Amino acid sequence: MNKLIDLQHISKSFDSNLILDDMNLYIRENEFLTLLGPSGCGKTTTLRIIGGFEHPDTGRVIFDGADITSYPPNKRQLNTVFQKYALFPHMNIGENIAFGLQIKNKPKAYIQDKIRYALKLVNLEGYEKRMPDSLSGGQQQRIAIARAIVNEPKVLLLDEPLGALDLKLRQDMQYELIRLKNELGITFIYVTHDQEEALTMSDTIVVMNQGYIQQIGTPEKIYNEPENAFVADFIGDSNIIDAVMIRDELVELLGARFACVDKGFGENKAVDVVIRPEDVELVSPDDGVIRGVVSHIIFKGVHYEMEVQANGFEWLVQSTKMFPVGTHVGIKVDPYNIQIMNKPESEDEEAIGIDE
Amino acid sequence: MRSILRKCYIFLIFLFLYAPILTLIVLSFNASRTRAKWGGFTLKWYVSMFQNRAILQALSNTLLIALLSAFIATVIGTIACISMQAMKRRNRAVIMGITNIPMLNADIVTGISLMLLFITLGLRFGFLTILLSHITFNIPYVILSVMPRMKQLNPSVYEAALDLGASHIRAFFKVVFPDILPGVLSGFLMAFTMSLDDFIITHFTKGPGIDTLSTKIYTEVKKGIKPEMYSLSTLIFVTVLILLFLVNHSPSEHKQS
Amino acid sequence: MNKKTLAFPYVFWSAAFIVIPLCMVFYYGLTDDTGAFTFANIATIATAEHSKALLLSIELSLISTVICFLLAYPLAMILSAMKVGQHSFIVLIFILPMWMNFLLRTLAWQTLLEKTGVINSILAFLHLPALEIINTPAAIILGMVYNFLPFMVLPLYNALVKIDENVVNAARDLGANKVQTFLRITLPLSVPGIISGVTMVFIPALTTFVISTLLGGSKILLIGNVIEQEFTQTGNWHLGSGLSIVLMIFIIVNMVAEAFFDKDGEGTAL
Repeated sequence: MNKLIDLQHISKSFDSNLILDDMNLYIRENEFLTLLGPSGCGKTTTLRIIGGFEHPDTGRVIFDGADITSYPPNKRQLNTVFQKYALFPHMNIGENIAFGLQIKNKPKAYIQDKIRYALKLVNLEGYEKRMPDSLSGGQQQRIAIARAIVNEPKVLLLDEPLGALDLKLRQDMQYELIRLKNELGITFIYVTHDQEEALTMSDTIVVMNQGYIQQIGTPEKIYNEPENAFVADFIGDSNIIDAVMIRDELVELLGARFACVDKGFGENKAVDVVIRPEDVELVSPDDGVIRGVVSHIIFKGVHYEMEVQANGFEWLVQSTKMFPVGTHVGIKVDPYNIQIMNKPESEDEEAIGIDE
Repeated sequence: MRSILRKCYIFLIFLFLYAPILTLIVLSFNASRTRAKWGGFTLKWYVSMFQNRAILQALSNTLLIALLSAFIATVIGTIACISMQAMKRRNRAVIMGITNIPMLNADIVTGISLMLLFITLGLRFGFLTILLSHITFNIPYVILSVMPRMKQLNPSVYEAALDLGASHIRAFFKVVFPDILPGVLSGFLMAFTMSLDDFIITHFTKGPGIDTLSTKIYTEVKKGIKPEMYSLSTLIFVTVLILLFLVNHSPSEHKQS
Repeated sequence: MNKKTLAFPYVFWSAAFIVIPLCMVFYYGLTDDTGAFTFANIATIATAEHSKALLLSIELSLISTVICFLLAYPLAMILSAMKVGQHSFIVLIFILPMWMNFLLRTLAWQTLLEKTGVINSILAFLHLPALEIINTPAAIILGMVYNFLPFMVLPLYNALVKIDENVVNAARDLGANKVQTFLRITLPLSVPGIISGVTMVFIPALTTFVISTLLGGSKILLIGNVIEQEFTQTGNWHLGSGLSIVLMIFIIVNMVAEAFFDKDGEGTAL
């Protein structure tokens, strides 16, 4: 698959606040790409630069081989679904959807067909004559999507489109968006701060923080093999522990040595280790690598979530088996589940401190 | 380039709005009695202004009427806003409709309608009739600036205060009033300003023996404006400017230090 | 305390000083000296003298309203785009001139416009022809625009800042250029502000007698001057009230338009 959008060396600052620093990113055709990160990480600015609402201070935006950096939004073959829907309040639903087509002077019959098709696609047939303010948030969201896709854009930009909806509706809309994407066969660029949304829908996730891309990868890769402590911490719960790589395939953490599968970090090198709570095995004290005591337990439905004090660290553990508070346990981790990460080299890269 | 054009445009509009004010300030220092020519710099009008009893009397009438009418209008208007919260939609719409009348109606019609009322009631035209008229056209400004604040108010706050044992009056002054206070203050300021700047309604409702600054200036138009008027209005304008500057700048300085 | 009894002072006040006085204008306007019902007062609007004054008033106030609109709309757009964030500051700079007496401010234009005045001196310096508009209808229009421009700017500004920035962005995103976006989104969404601004300028301009007295010399009579003279000089209140009723027809049309577009009843004026 070739690059449909290519962002080259993009930098942008507002009032001497650096929002994006020399960012490079490409998006392939027919990809569902999610920009994920805490607020202020630059994800929305990136989207607005692609949409043409902001101009980068330096760098180029290449779309389908052409440099569109200086193009205004109306000259770009992509459409945006805005955060708070941004429906035209003085037009009814039909007029809202028809807007882009009327601007392009499409014939009336064609526009009517398109409106009907789009409303059907978002499951709101018969809403042509309603006014935007008479619709619920979820319905307005669907109309905003319908209004964008009738223009047959090559790329749909979505700026936290589900942010204002309640949990149940948000989950339904996630499936809806995947279905739409598959039916339309176009590229989606999706901005969110919700890691669950990103993991559910995306082909590719771009994790951003403080203007830098932290990691690009498939949801599985981002979840299972975070490249640094920020990504590990931002995506899901995790135990992030200071450790020393003794040699290939052996790591020492909290005074105990664990077998792992990573190589090539060198010998006696300080690293960060990530272990997901569901990967921590609790066994009888003598069978574990280190010993600990259960200090806290909550029932979460599918599993129990426990805190285990061991060698001066509070381990977060998820297990279907219950160990009452005070139980002495042993801790064991499968080598495949130990993820080794380089320590951040500079302050800029060290970008923990999630503000949400 | 575009932003320079924009700034030029804003500058020109403000030049248009403030050029007459600048002119008046310059005239207040003009030694010549006529406003047509410049006779050199002088401060004598600022001195003689304080010896001119008629002007000082008009000034005190103007300020007294503005202060009293703005205060009474603020009290009546604020109470009206509170009472309207408890009203049925339709009644409220009727009252708001009536409130809009003096705002949208021509001043000349408001003026003559009040004049006809006072004649019918047999009131002697003077301070009282001017005051009543000013209160009348000031109330809508108060209501229109308090009402939006009132609508933003969370009714649970008042109920919470009652729940915690406050009396109705105490609950109002402790929790409701502080919230609507900015609206009340800006309503008062609007009312005060409108009263100060009014000529037309005062013109129809004043008696022969009394003058405000506006009506005094109007009678002087034909004979020629006394230069003391320029110095007086310059003094008023500069005072207001300084007051506004102090109000706007002192709190922020405190925050910074 | 019962909240309904709180309503009493204002209900009383508005009945006594707003509703009843207006009824009296209608009473005087529809009766003659003897108290007999008549349309004669209103009918005098058809006389040459009165209809000329009314038509001139309409003409001048329409021109001023249009000029105010054309000057104020770009200004309101610039101000709303600046995101001053301080709504009160914008209001303040337009209210501030009111602290210098409105008659004096208007008179100052005479000084500025005189043959040897400031403006003509500047024009002469630039080798441009002199402006000789003092004591002409043009000077009255200038006075109207000067006095009522803030009442056009503020409602427009209020309407424009309320427009969601992303709604405008959405139109651009859907392919509309700047002109199309303005005509199809910004302008229609500012209609409540336009109606309010037009009312706030047109009514006082239509009914003024002060500006024409101060800047128009003594020869130009507007309908406001005619009514004022009936009350303060001729003393014919019936005739003056009759002519006021004619003016109120225009006012009522405007008020209905205002009420229709301002559904919240909040008033977008200030």
